Amino acid sequence: MNILQQPWPWYVAGPLIGLTVPVLLLLGNKAFGISSSLRHICAACLPASIPFFSYDWKKEIWNLFFVAGIFGGAALAWFVFHHQPGAVDPRLVADLQHYGINSHSSFIPKEVFSWKELLTPRGAIMTIGGGFLVGFGTRYAGGCTSGHSIMGLSNLQWPSLVATICFMVGGFIMANLILPFILNL
Amino acid sequence: MKTIETNTLEPVNTDFEVRSLDAMCINESELKHPWWYNFKYAAMGMIFGIILIKSEVVSWFRIQEMFRLESFHMYGVIGSAVVTGIISVWLIKRFKVKTIYGEPILLPTKKFNKGQIFGGLIFGLGWAITGACPGPLFAQIGTGLTIVFVTLFSAIAGTWVYGLIRERLPH
Repeated sequence: MNILQQPWPWYVAGPLIGLTVPVLLLLGNKAFGISSSLRHICAACLPASIPFFSYDWKKEIWNLFFVAGIFGGAALAWFVFHHQPGAVDPRLVADLQHYGINSHSSFIPKEVFSWKELLTPRGAIMTIGGGFLVGFGTRYAGGCTSGHSIMGLSNLQWPSLVATICFMVGGFIMANLILPFILNL
Repeated sequence: MKTIETNTLEPVNTDFEVRSLDAMCINESELKHPWWYNFKYAAMGMIFGIILIKSEVVSWFRIQEMFRLESFHMYGVIGSAVVTGIISVWLIKRFKVKTIYGEPILLPTKKFNKGQIFGGLIFGLGWAITGACPGPLFAQIGTGLTIVFVTLFSAIAGTWVYGLIRERLPH
């Protein structure tokens, strides 16, 4: 049962993620992409006569079924398979200690992301601000890691390569240059 | 040929044009199926959710390790996923594989606009803060991290604000 509890190595997990592309195409011509679900939620709940949200979101409802499935699959892996998160790199562990982050038992550091920390400057910037950048940026870019970096690159679309490079540049800037200041708040 | 004839009589349907703005995943060659056919995508989503957890790409710590060049794991996952995807798409094109309902497979093409640069950078900044792209947000909530509902709600708000000011942004 170890395989259900322990993290999978990249050479098992990566190809399985890649296979999502042909499977969705074969199941019904669906191009893999997840950030669009956020847009469909906007179109369904609060279109507010904004042209960008004035379309028949029901035609894309498969996308919402898919993300509901992600939620269910994650719950299964966590609560039923009892996934045990893998060890964090010692350099990162040592660095995070300076910011009072010592818990590595879940997928996010509880010292930053929790209901208790939500109204602290650090918690608010990272939870609310971070989420906003993810939603705004993915739609502005026309896709996220799934739509551009996996689906787009699989289909050799060069604009998706541009987007992927920009994702990485933004991430490097934040993680190395800006995040240390935010974590110190 | 029938569609061309009727198009001239009916009001122009711009729905597809709106839906395909800034989106990779759009589909039009949809056969008319009952709504519960969508459960196969929920099943596929479940498998994908399990893979997201087992690969730990939903982990804030794995994302930090990636951007601090402290681990190869994320590069291995994304790299091998892309290679698998490229081979699969090439096979589909080469052998003109059809869907399970016999429809020809259509692959979306993406036009370049400046949004991929500006939006890409903005998303990258957010990705390194939250440690989650949109898919992992749903997965993190699935592991019982209810605080991520706030992150997800904020991401939906970000998408909404983009839609609101879209016309005024450089594209």
